[in-house]
Amino acid sequence: MYVMVALVMLMRGFIDAAMMRSQQAIAYNNEGYLPPGHFDQIFSSHGTIMIFFMAMPFLSGLINLIMPQQIGSRDVAFPFMNSISLWLTTAGAGLVLISLVIGKFSTAGWTGYPPYSGSQYTPGVGVDYWLWAVLISGIGSTMSGINFLVTIVKCRAPGMTMFRLPLFTWTVFVTSILMIFAFPALTVACGALMLDRTLGFHFFTNEAGGNMMNYINLFWLWGHPEVYILILPAFGVFSEVVAVFSQKRLFGYISLVLATMAIGILSFTVWLHRFFTMGSSARVNSFFGTMTTIIAVPTGVKVFDWLLTMYRGRIIFKPPMLYTLGFLVTFVIGGLSGVLLALPPIDYLMHNTTFLIAHFHNMIIPGVLFGYLAGYMFWFPKAFGFKLNEWWGAASFWCWIIGFYLAFMPLYVLGLLGMPRRMEHYEIAAWQPHLIVAAIGAFIIFLGIVCLGVQLAVSIRDRNKALDLTGDPWNGRSLEWATSSPAAPYNFAVVPQVQSIDAWWDMKARGVAYQRPAEYEDIAIPKNTFIGAVIGGAGFVFGFAMVWYIWWLAILCLAVIFVAIVIRASDDDTDYVMPASEVKKIEDARFAQLAKAPKNEMADDPGFAGQPMPEPST
Amino acid sequence: MTAAADAMTVTPQDAQKYEEKEFGFWLYLMSDAIIFACLFATYLVMVGNAAGGPTGKDVFSLERAAAETALLLFSSTTFGVAAVALSQADRPKVLLWLAVTFALGAGFIVLEFGEFAGMIAEGAGPDRSGFLSAFFTLVGTHGLHVSVGLLWILVMMGQVLFKGLTAPVASRVMRLGLFWHFLDIIWVVIFSVVYLPGLL
Amino acid sequence: MDATSGIPVERTLKPYLIGIVLALILTAIPFGIVAFGAMERQTALIVIAVFAVIQILVHLHFFLHIDFRSTPRENLIALAFACVLIFIMVGGSLWIMFDLYHRMMV
Repeated sequence: MYVMVALVMLMRGFIDAAMMRSQQAIAYNNEGYLPPGHFDQIFSSHGTIMIFFMAMPFLSGLINLIMPQQIGSRDVAFPFMNSISLWLTTAGAGLVLISLVIGKFSTAGWTGYPPYSGSQYTPGVGVDYWLWAVLISGIGSTMSGINFLVTIVKCRAPGMTMFRLPLFTWTVFVTSILMIFAFPALTVACGALMLDRTLGFHFFTNEAGGNMMNYINLFWLWGHPEVYILILPAFGVFSEVVAVFSQKRLFGYISLVLATMAIGILSFTVWLHRFFTMGSSARVNSFFGTMTTIIAVPTGVKVFDWLLTMYRGRIIFKPPMLYTLGFLVTFVIGGLSGVLLALPPIDYLMHNTTFLIAHFHNMIIPGVLFGYLAGYMFWFPKAFGFKLNEWWGAASFWCWIIGFYLAFMPLYVLGLLGMPRRMEHYEIAAWQPHLIVAAIGAFIIFLGIVCLGVQLAVSIRDRNKALDLTGDPWNGRSLEWATSSPAAPYNFAVVPQVQSIDAWWDMKARGVAYQRPAEYEDIAIPKNTFIGAVIGGAGFVFGFAMVWYIWWLAILCLAVIFVAIVIRASDDDTDYVMPASEVKKIEDARFAQLAKAPKNEMADDPGFAGQPMPEPST
Repeated sequence: MTAAADAMTVTPQDAQKYEEKEFGFWLYLMSDAIIFACLFATYLVMVGNAAGGPTGKDVFSLERAAAETALLLFSSTTFGVAAVALSQADRPKVLLWLAVTFALGAGFIVLEFGEFAGMIAEGAGPDRSGFLSAFFTLVGTHGLHVSVGLLWILVMMGQVLFKGLTAPVASRVMRLGLFWHFLDIIWVVIFSVVYLPGLL
Repeated sequence: MDATSGIPVERTLKPYLIGIVLALILTAIPFGIVAFGAMERQTALIVIAVFAVIQILVHLHFFLHIDFRSTPRENLIALAFACVLIFIMVGGSLWIMFDLYHRMMV
């Protein structure tokens, strides 16, 4: 469900991007077709949607699906809180979408700096929509962080020590820590701004003792860990994909783990680099500049680990691997531009130019988005039981990467030519050719999105020709490939006993991959409940009421949320027990299907899926 | 063990579940600690921004801060008494000491509400200056947490009354205890950073 | 955590009684310093800070029963990590904001 939210919002966020590119391509010495106020709403919603309502839900969805299976767990630690997180995220997305129709959205960018975002300079509902969307979904994200961390720490299968975890789970572990500890800073920054706007407080106002730099400080205290929240799961996906599609064990496991942990802690020490130019002394700037340069190192270590995994592997160029290769080449360019920007004197020239825009899109698109698209295509069979069409997947990759280069490389040049970001129109002729190329790039990216849509439609149409009957279509290495596709509601009928890194690969090598137990146990499964959706819905209405100052409705919604929580917290009977007989029925069906599976075209190792139906072990 | 204590005995799987809940709640408290840390940082940055209006010395009262501190501190102890009663499966005692804790906490909120109302009435509200905005938000957020804690105590008293001292109820009471003691720790920092320096 | 009951076992009032006595002392002294103006400002601030830290440790140990033997390791690590982060975030913020104040009167 998270991924569906993400893909829907990807389209909305992309439309914003397309509108900006086309506006800038034509707006040389003319007004273009977008008036400034409208253009400002669009760049604000583009950033807000892509970060909060595309990337965050996308990673939450992938983590939800895969991480519990990778650690041999039956579920996340707090399934009900999980649903609250989902519905609060959706509530925030809903607020952004409804601002299109009722009222308008913020014009203060996705970062909402005061005093412009304060009520003196931007009265009206736009910034309030932004604030409540961010605050409400931020609560959901903090809860997700807690959920994932407890799951990894407490719900691992026997033998699954921390240093046998798959890399994706390691990155989720660090990401969760970042979510728990970074989002509070955003809550305070946006909460304080909301108090300024709604109740006339003076945190960030011009007069009466406000301090606007404090907003910027608090916002980026969150903002830098946030980008690592976005990228680390993608790095985890790449680690999984590169090993499976190089048909070789991941190189440098310990260094990858240590690099991930280093990135986690260092991400809290660099935030000032977002505002080098805003008046800090050389000592402060150089400290944070140095830390920013240092944080590039662990990522560099990871890149080398991935390259060394590929070295002497037998590479299979399926779409997830294409996205990974595209990432490796392209992300490094963005990393280099980042190291440039980490030097305060250079940042003074480049800050808030399109060079910066190019840099961070160069991190986010090949890094975050390619990672999640690779994860989407890699794990789609696990979720739905059939594979995605590979021709259209490859086509989407080529459109995305060619489109990316065309759309963003000109922006580096434009930044060096002095073009500021967020320009609605301009008078410098030399800029226009680059912006036209960028608009063409955006169009090609559009084709990439179309390919993704066609891929999905074609795959659904042809699903019976691409069934994943074994649950292990790629001859995978980690435990999510041990379950059926899709997995049973309980993931594992018998909790696996882990003896090594690459636990599933190890089980296949030892010949214990598809063992049938003599008998099954009853399994407790959470009951369905709509309370999470009620809380999310009330959250949405609450946000709407606060935007429009409908106080009675806001209080009513808080009461509904409180009552829903109390009802749930008084319910001692939230699981139902699936009897062993029903488990057996599901598992028998699975083993029957295993017997039908064709030989996996990727496998040339013993012990993989496709051997005759195993005998029950009695 | 008595029959009442038997009600709190659980299987190893359920014990695992309660450990997960306790750890998850602890992590929530850590995230709350970061919220307060950011609010404290904001307060320290803005403590001098009185914009010509009232400063701490003008509006803080040492006596009231001492009274609020005493109420909260004793309420932490009385909650501990309730927790001990819980481990002894003594239902009436649990209810009694939860009620005492509630009363002390409510007393704290009454005092704080009076403090805020008084300040607003004399023109020293949060909309007067950056310093006051920071003060009201920091101390008010703590007060909001205490108020939620009071509601939670009432809910738990209801659960103890109607369900008895079962394992899920006991687990929830213990998490409430974590919350309540955590809020007392935050208050220690509040009087050390806000009230005492403000009155020096 | 008790393996049979799954809930934390509190057997005695002793920690709470010791805790409150210590906390009262650690509170009364800073309040007293302010009430009686006994020290100059800088020293008083340091004393208040030190007593606050000690009182926090008292609360953590006597009320929250945190120690190195019975508290689960992950709870201790989470607490330590939170402390490190608070140091970085608050310390870093104060450094930045006061630096800005000196340079820019912000």
